[in-house]
Amino acid sequence: MQLTAKHQEYWSKNLRITGILLGIWFVVTFVMVYFAKALTFKFFGWPFSFWVAAQGALVVYCLIIWYYARYMNNLDNEYGVAEGDE
Amino acid sequence: MFGNEKQTQSEFKKGLNKVYTWYTGGFILFVILVAVMEQMGLSRNWIGYLFLAATVLLYAGIGVMSRTNDAAEYYVAGRRVPAMYNGMATGADWMSAASFIGMAGTLYLAGFGGLAFILGWTGGYVLVALFLAPYLRKFGQFTIPDFLGARFEGNLPRLIGVFGAILCSFTYVVAQVYGVGLITTRLTGLAFEVGIFAGLAGILVCSFLGGMRAVTWTQVAQYVILIIAYLLPVIWLSVKHTGVPIPQAVYGFTLEKVTAKEEVLIKDPKEIEVRGIFKARSEAAVEKLKDVPAAMAADKAAAQKKVDDLKAANGPVADIKAAEAALAALPKDEAAAKAAYTAARVSNAARSNPPIRHATPFPGKDEAASDISRKNFLALVFCLMIGTAALPHILMRYYTTPSVKEARESVSWSLFFIFLLYFTAPALAVLAKFEVYTILVGTPFDQLPGWIARWSVVDASLLSVADVNKDGILQLAELSIGGDIIVLATPEIGGLPYVVSGMVAAGGLAAALSTADGLLLTIANALSHDLYYKVLDPNASTARRVMVSKMLLLIVALAAAYVAAQKPADILFLVSAAFSFAAATFFPPLVLGIFWKRANKWGASLGMIAGLSVTFYYMVTTQPWLFKLTHGGAALTPEILKANTWWDIAPISAGLFGVPVGFAVIIIVSLLTKAPGKDIQELVEHVRFPSLDGKVSAGSAAH
Repeated sequence: MQLTAKHQEYWSKNLRITGILLGIWFVVTFVMVYFAKALTFKFFGWPFSFWVAAQGALVVYCLIIWYYARYMNNLDNEYGVAEGDE
Repeated sequence: MFGNEKQTQSEFKKGLNKVYTWYTGGFILFVILVAVMEQMGLSRNWIGYLFLAATVLLYAGIGVMSRTNDAAEYYVAGRRVPAMYNGMATGADWMSAASFIGMAGTLYLAGFGGLAFILGWTGGYVLVALFLAPYLRKFGQFTIPDFLGARFEGNLPRLIGVFGAILCSFTYVVAQVYGVGLITTRLTGLAFEVGIFAGLAGILVCSFLGGMRAVTWTQVAQYVILIIAYLLPVIWLSVKHTGVPIPQAVYGFTLEKVTAKEEVLIKDPKEIEVRGIFKARSEAAVEKLKDVPAAMAADKAAAQKKVDDLKAANGPVADIKAAEAALAALPKDEAAAKAAYTAARVSNAARSNPPIRHATPFPGKDEAASDISRKNFLALVFCLMIGTAALPHILMRYYTTPSVKEARESVSWSLFFIFLLYFTAPALAVLAKFEVYTILVGTPFDQLPGWIARWSVVDASLLSVADVNKDGILQLAELSIGGDIIVLATPEIGGLPYVVSGMVAAGGLAAALSTADGLLLTIANALSHDLYYKVLDPNASTARRVMVSKMLLLIVALAAAYVAAQKPADILFLVSAAFSFAAATFFPPLVLGIFWKRANKWGASLGMIAGLSVTFYYMVTTQPWLFKLTHGGAALTPEILKANTWWDIAPISAGLFGVPVGFAVIIIVSLLTKAPGKDIQELVEHVRFPSLDGKVSAGSAAH
């Protein structure tokens, strides 16, 4: 089947959201850890960088995946590429 | 009970909810019952037997109930596993003996450094969600080599995939079987080999009869047990120390107390005295190494003199016996003596170091050492994340959901269920450390709690205490504790009833068994589906394929048990190595196969080989055990290591080099060779869109 302009638009929107979420993933993981020694101010008892690596980043990962699933499932419906019910 | 053709998806889901609610209630009731029996005087061994028998029988029961010979049921559980249950199954599949038993121990010993595992083993799911799971589900076949074979046109990429899948899964499964043996031994006192085979029986009944379908429903059951077993002791400890039942929210304040205590322990004169004694012992070993024959003669003369003196003075029989045993235990030849002195040098030097500061990132004696530590932390996180997103037994699970939409949601559930354990592990490590630092340290030797003696008997390398400076008080430096016992011993460290220990061991068993199930199935499927059906005999009937898979499963399981029974050295290294191998072999071709239409057969094949080779080469030249194995027994000296190391990266993170090489080779070779044909372009488009026209496509309905 030939791809329509609508299909192309769906795919580029997918690539855009993938890129944005990957950027957030990169910042909370690698940038945060790189500057871990500077970010040791107290955060509810934890040094901040310890808390990020032990909990904060994990929460962000969960949110990224949850948001991606929601966004893409809506996008499928919007562009008419969702699978019908079996 | 686990689904038939006539049910609709929502009836099926409702049925599952009911079964697993009853099941969870039943498990809690069982634990309470055993707790009551303990109060009435049930012995520790019997509590162990009860937990072992009840859980293994339960898994076998689910296996029998889900038995099947249908190919779609056997390979992908009929593609009807709801997102949430697939998430739980993936959680159990993912969390191995290393996560359950080892991780909190690593955090206890390494402090901030251990958080690399927490980050790496959760962050990888972001990559699974964004790059792989929905597309693989849309592709809708049975295995990962299936995708490589279809996308890259031919058997060569498929066979390299089979080789890679077996390489990473087999090293990983050996570690799981080893863990099963270890836990069974601790739980019941059976011999290690017997323990391995008892656990193996549980794995086999399940995957042998019902393949992916049985494994899925057992893994859900195992997840329930392992998460309850992990959380309960930590919550209990938290209530004991802080009065709040949410340890994850409040252990920051416990960490503050631990940090304060560390400063006290680092400056404490008695601690410094003990560390000084270890330092002197290490230096003595260095002296002995300078002239081994003379040192051996001196040791022998000293031991002989002690025996003679005792005999002459008519000393107590026990003392004479001990002195004679010490004399007999001296190394017999020069090589053995050299090895013994080297070991003494290393272990005593390690124990002469002050305790690490738990919360401090990248400790090091100067700025340069700290930078190397940070570099390796980042490299390890990178390898574990990419490896997570490339392990065939995890990716395979996303073939089992009913739709692309549910595959996306399923990754979300997977990470949530994994998150529950992973954000608790650092809390457990800090709470256990608090117990040890503030309650245990400073106790007179004659008043030490009973668990110390019990665990030292099991294995002195895991726990040992010795009054090194003869003051009758336990200093922190006099306690040597292995990472693998932190989780298993936490209930006893915190003074909880033994039933909790039994439950924790059952949870560890569930973690090891569930991962072993998934891995064995991956290996058997790679051989039966990809090698036998797709390459050797494409006309084989469905029943025959399933039969071959079951036979192979048996053979692979026995081979894994055989290897595990040899207690191979450096098993933890092998597990971590599996991540680097998976990362370098699978991640580049899978991602480029979906996101770059131009990637072709030769690019993918050579890229996989190059990625794997670079990773393997780096490990072989920098890892002591592998170096010895491949260089005719020559030892890896610090000088050779320094020459072979690239950019100060540890061998565990070899994938840091393999992954970029894999990407580069695929891109360069693909551009130099012919572009893939029109049918492949269409396959890529097919995979990228859940449905091109809003209908259920043939790919996802084809069983």
